[in-house]
Amino acid sequence: MILESKAPGGDIQTAWQRHKFDIKIVNPANKRKYTVIVVGTGLAGAAAAATLGELGYNVLNFCFQDSARRAHSIAAQGGINAAKNYQGDGDSVYRLFYDTVKGGDFRAREENVYRLAEVSGNIIDQAVAQGVPFAREYGGLLSNRSFGGSLVSRTFYAQGQTGQQLLIGAYQALSRQVKDGKVKLFARTEMLDLVIEDGHARGIITRNLVTGKIERHVADAVVLGTGGYGNAFFLSTNAMGSNVTAAWRAAKRGALFANPCFTQIHPTCIPVSGGYQSKLTLMSESLRNDGRVWAPKNPADAWDMAKGKLGKDPRQIPEADRDYFLERRYPTFGNLVPRDVASRAAKKACDDGQGVAYEGRGVYLDFAESIGRLGQKAVAERYGNLFEMYERITGDNPFETPMRIYPAVHYTMGGLWVDYNLQSNVPGLFVIGEANFSDHGANRLGASALMQGLSDGYFVLPYTIGHYLAQVGPRPKSTDWGSFKQVEGEVNEKTKKLLSIKGKRSVDSFHRELGLLMWEHCGMARNEQGLTTLLQEIPRIREEFWKDVSVPGSEGEVNQVLERAGRVADFLEFTEMMVLDARERRESCGGHFREEFQTEEGEAKRDDENFQYVAAWEFKGVGVAPELHKEPLNFRYVKPSQRSYK
Amino acid sequence: MRWFLKFAGSTIGLKIVMAVSGLLLFGFVIGHMLGNLQVYLGAETLNAYGATLQGMGPLLWVVRLGLLAIVLAHIGSSVALVRLSHAARPQSYKKVQPRASTYASRTMRVSGPIVLAFIIFHILHLTQGAAHPELQHCVTGADGALQCFVHENVVSAFSLTGANVAYKAFSVVFYVVAMVLLGLHLGHGAYSMVRTLGLSNPRYDRIARALATAVTLVIVIGNCSIPIAVAVGLVRTAGGH
Amino acid sequence: MNLTLHVWRQNGPSDKGRFETYQANGISEHMSFLEMLDFVNEKLESEGKAPIVFEHDCREGICGSCGFMIDGKAHGGQHRTTVCQLHMRSFKDGDVLTLEPWRAAAFPVLRDLMVDRSAFDRIVQAGGYVSVRSGSPQDANAILVGKEEVDRAFDAAACIGCGACVASCPNASAMLFTGAKISHLGLLPQGQPERYRRVQAMTQTMDEAGFGYCSNHGECSAFCPKDISLDVIAMTNRDLMAAQVKGRSEG
Ligand SMILES: Cc1cc2nc3c(=O)[nH]c(=O)nc-3n(C[C@H](O)[C@H](O)[C@H](O)COP(=O)(O)OP(=O)(O)OC[C@H]3O[C@@H](n4cnc5c(N)ncnc54)[C@H](O)[C@@H]3O)c2cc1C
Ligand code: FES
Repeated sequence: MILESKAPGGDIQTAWQRHKFDIKIVNPANKRKYTVIVVGTGLAGAAAAATLGELGYNVLNFCFQDSARRAHSIAAQGGINAAKNYQGDGDSVYRLFYDTVKGGDFRAREENVYRLAEVSGNIIDQAVAQGVPFAREYGGLLSNRSFGGSLVSRTFYAQGQTGQQLLIGAYQALSRQVKDGKVKLFARTEMLDLVIEDGHARGIITRNLVTGKIERHVADAVVLGTGGYGNAFFLSTNAMGSNVTAAWRAAKRGALFANPCFTQIHPTCIPVSGGYQSKLTLMSESLRNDGRVWAPKNPADAWDMAKGKLGKDPRQIPEADRDYFLERRYPTFGNLVPRDVASRAAKKACDDGQGVAYEGRGVYLDFAESIGRLGQKAVAERYGNLFEMYERITGDNPFETPMRIYPAVHYTMGGLWVDYNLQSNVPGLFVIGEANFSDHGANRLGASALMQGLSDGYFVLPYTIGHYLAQVGPRPKSTDWGSFKQVEGEVNEKTKKLLSIKGKRSVDSFHRELGLLMWEHCGMARNEQGLTTLLQEIPRIREEFWKDVSVPGSEGEVNQVLERAGRVADFLEFTEMMVLDARERRESCGGHFREEFQTEEGEAKRDDENFQYVAAWEFKGVGVAPELHKEPLNFRYVKPSQRSYK
Repeated sequence: MRWFLKFAGSTIGLKIVMAVSGLLLFGFVIGHMLGNLQVYLGAETLNAYGATLQGMGPLLWVVRLGLLAIVLAHIGSSVALVRLSHAARPQSYKKVQPRASTYASRTMRVSGPIVLAFIIFHILHLTQGAAHPELQHCVTGADGALQCFVHENVVSAFSLTGANVAYKAFSVVFYVVAMVLLGLHLGHGAYSMVRTLGLSNPRYDRIARALATAVTLVIVIGNCSIPIAVAVGLVRTAGGH
Repeated sequence: MNLTLHVWRQNGPSDKGRFETYQANGISEHMSFLEMLDFVNEKLESEGKAPIVFEHDCREGICGSCGFMIDGKAHGGQHRTTVCQLHMRSFKDGDVLTLEPWRAAAFPVLRDLMVDRSAFDRIVQAGGYVSVRSGSPQDANAILVGKEEVDRAFDAAACIGCGACVASCPNASAMLFTGAKISHLGLLPQGQPERYRRVQAMTQTMDEAGFGYCSNHGECSAFCPKDISLDVIAMTNRDLMAAQVKGRSEG
C-alpha cells in the first residue's frame, strides 16, 4: 500500500490556501442531501459537528457521556497556543510551525503542522466571539503566558480551566445547531463498530447505554473525534471512559493505525498512593517555573520518606543531602526542560533508589525557595488553586511541605493515519483531534492539543470533507444493507460472549494488570527485552480475560461493567500493536525512549536515516502480526537536528 | 397582555408577583405599625388618627380592596409555587443536611398561613369586632365629627382586668407569637424580595441582609410592645380602670 | 477503616427502588470516595452481583459527571469539592453513610445513583450561546473586555453542570445552573445582542423541564462545587424583567 499524504507541494506558506481552492466544494443547495456521522463531542468533534451543521449538512453526533459538554477536553488546564503575536515578542506562524516540528522531534508531517500554525489565530478569534472568557489584561486586551518548548509568550488561557471554557464554547455552538435541527445529538451512546459498504465508510453500530439497544446509523461519511488511548496504561490523566474502541474497531475494519507507540508522559502528576488508585491527576506544567525538583541523595533518606516514617520530614534533609537532579544534569534549562526529558530524569532518580512516594515512585517539587524569595502571597496568587487541588487529593499543604510528583501518561500522539485532508485510508472515514496521528510527531508541546482539535474541527475538516462528498455525490442510504446486518451480528456476538463467561475476575483487575505491565515495559523507557516480554504477556492476559472475566447483568439495561469490558477487550488487542511499533522503532525520539539508543549522557538518540517515517500499521487479525506501511517524512523547511537542553 | 400573563405565570414571574406584593405588604406593615405606635401618645392622638382613617369614606374601601388584592396575589402566587415545588421533587430525601438556608427561610410556608390566620383574627378583633366583645365602633358626634375609640378598644382588648381575662391573655399571647412569626416571614421575605427583584449586588449584599433583619426587628418589637404594654398596665385609658 | 453504606438501589426509571446496606472494610484514608466505591463494586462484580451504578469520568472535578448525596449533602458537602475529589480521610472508622441519587422530577433516576440530567442540555439549547459562524469573526483583540468583567463572566462560566444545585435546593430549582449560563454570556459584550431573547428562552425551557422555583434559600450555592454565586440568579431575574420591556420575543 502506498500512503499518499496528498499534501500540496510547493511553497508551504500558500499550501493551504491553494489546497482550499483546488478541492471541490459541495453546492450549498446540495448540502442537505448529505448526512455526516461525527463520533465524539470533544473539542474536535463538537467543533466539527457544529460547523458542518452550520454549513447545511445533516449531522449525527455521538458521545458516551451523558452530555456533550463532558468530553475529556474539558479537563485541559494550561492553555492553547496561537501565533497571534499579541505580545509583540517576535512570534509568527512560521515560528509556531518551527517550534512544533522541532518539539515533535521531527516525526510530524510539515505541511499539516504549517496549516495548524496558520489557522491557530482564527481559533482564538472564534472562541472569543463565542464568549470564551480568556484571561485579559486591565486594558481589556487578551493576556498570554509562556509554555514549555518555546521562547515566546503565545499561550491563551482561562485560569486553569482552558479546556473547559473552550469546550463549553464549542458545546454552545453545537447546541445552537441542535436547536436548529441540523445536528442530532446522541449522548450516552457508544460506537461499537464501523460499517463499510462498497469500500466506503458509511455507518456505525452503537449501543444506547441506558436501554442497551444496539442501533444502526447510516451516513455519507463518518468522522471520528474520539480522543486518545492513554488508558491503555490503566493509570493515566485521562478520564475513566477514555478508550480506543472507536479507533480500534475502525482499524480492525481496515484503517491504518499510525505511530501507536508515541505516548506522552507528563512529568508533574500526583504520584500513585496505593494499589486501589483509579486515575492520576495532572499538576500544571507551569509549576516548574517556580518549583525546584529534587530527590534525597541517600537512598536511606528516600526510603524513610517513601514509608512516611514517623518524625521524618523532607524539610529536615540538609541541602547537602539533596540532589536537584534537573539543575545538575541540565544547567541551562534546569527545571524547565521539556516534558519527556524531565520525566525520564525523575524515573532515573527513582530507579536509583531516590524515590520518595509509594513504592519509591515520586520526587519532590519544592516551593520553599520561591516562597522565601517571592513571599507566600505571590506564590499563592500564581498557584493557589493548584496547591488547593493538591492538598485536597494528598492531604499535604505544599506551602509547608514539598509537593510529591511523578510522571504519568497524559496524551497519545499516535492515532489513526490520515492524509492532509484528515481522511484515513478508508474512503469516507475522517479522523480528527487526538484520535488521529497527524501534527505532533513523537512529542507534543504543551498547549497544542487544544489547538489541533479545534483547528481540525472548525477550520480543516469542514472543507476537506466537502471534497470527498462532492466527488462521490449524494448516494442512497439504508440501514438494511447486508454490511449493517453483518457488523451488528458481530457486535451482538461479542456482547453475548462477554456476558456468558461469568468468570471470577473483575474487568478492572485485567485492565490494571495490563496497564502495569505496559507502564513497566512500554512506558517512559523501553527496551527490546521488555517489549518482547509484553508480546508474550498481552496474549496471555487476553486469553485469561476471555475465560475468566465477570460481567454481571444483561445487555438490555444500564451495565457499566459491560461497557468497560468491551473497552478493555479492545485495549487487550490494541496494545499488542503499540508494543510492536515500539519494538520496531529502533531509535529514541520524543516520548519514545529506547534504552538501547541513547547518547553517552543518556539522552534520546534519533536515527533519521532509518526511521524518518510514519509507521502505519494494518490490522491482520487478533494475535496475527500487523503489517507495517511507511510514509516517509520530508523536511523541506525545518532541518532535523539533535535537541539539546544542557 | 398575553406576554404579561405568560411572564407572570413563569416561575420567575410568579416569584416577582410574590416579591412585589410582599414589598407592598411590607410597606403596609410598617405604616400600620407607625400608626399604632401613636397609642403611646395618648388616647386623643390615636383616636383622632382612627377618625381620620375612618373618615376617608369610599377611599378607605378602595384601600382595603387594594390590600385584599395584594394579599390574594401574594397567597395565590405562593400556593402556585408551593405546588410547583412539590411537583419538582416528588420523592424526598431520606436524609438532608441544610447548610445555607435559615430557619426563617425553611418555615415560610408555615409562618405564612399562621400570619394569615392572625390577620383574619386581627380584623375581627380590632376592626370588625366579632372577636372583641367590648369593641366600641366610631360614632358621629353632635357636631358631625367622627369620634373613634381606638385607644379604648386596644386597652380593653389586652388589659388583663375585668371580664374575660383568660381570653384577653390568650389574645396577648397570640399577638406576640404571630408577630414573631411575622418577623421570621419578613426577615427572609425582605431579603428574598431584594434578590428576586434583582436589586441585590454583591457589594451591599451583607448590608441588605442586615438591614432586612433590623427593620424586621423594629416591626416585631414595635408591634409586640403594644399588647404587652397594655397587659402590664403601662398603657391605660384616661379614666383608668 | 471500616464503613457501613446505605445505598439507594433502583434498577430502572420505573423501579420503585430501595436502600441496601454494604460494608466497606479495610478502606485506606488515601482513597478517593469513588475509589472506595470501586472497591465495594469490585467485590460485588467478582461475586457476579450487579455493582452500584454511579456516574464519573474525569475524576478531577471538572467534567461534572459525578454527584450524589452523601448523608444529605450534595457531593458530600466539602467546600469546593466534587464527590470524585472527596477523599476518605474526611471520614472516620465506623461511619455509617447514606448515599442517595439527586432527587428531582426533572432528573429521573436511571439506575441507582445515576440520573438523567439532559434537561440541562435542553436549557442551553434553548439559547445558551452566541450566534456566530465558524471562521467569520473579527480579530479577538477587537473586542475589549475589562479584566474585572471577564473575571466575573469566568466565575459564572466555571459551572460544571453537575446538578448539585438542583439536588440541594429544597424546591429542586435549576436557577443557579441557568443563571450561571445567562450571566456568563450576559456579562460579556459578545452576549449582548441576544441577551434578552436568551433569558426568556432559557428560563422558559427551564420551567418546562419541571424544575421548581427559587426561594433564595442559598443551598444551591452553598453546595456548588464551583462556588457559583447566588448573584447569577438575581441577574437572571433582573434580565427577565428587563426583557419584558426591551426584548420581547414573539410566541
Ligand atoms: C489532564 C489533561 C490536561 C490537558 N491539558 C492540555 C492543555 O493545557 N493544553 C492542550 O493543548 N492540551 C491539553 N491536554 C490534551 C487535550 O486536552 C486533548 O488532547 C484534547 O482535548 C482531545 O480532544 P478530542 O476532541 O480529540 O477528544 P476528547 O475531548 O477526548 O473527546 C472524545 C470524544 O469522543 C467520544 N467517544 C470516545 N469513544 C467513543 C465511542 N466509542 N463512542 C462514542 N463516543 C466516543 C467521547 O464521548 C468524547 O465526546 C490535556 C489533557 C489532559 C488529559
Ligand atoms: S468525575 Fe468529573 S467531576 Fe467528578
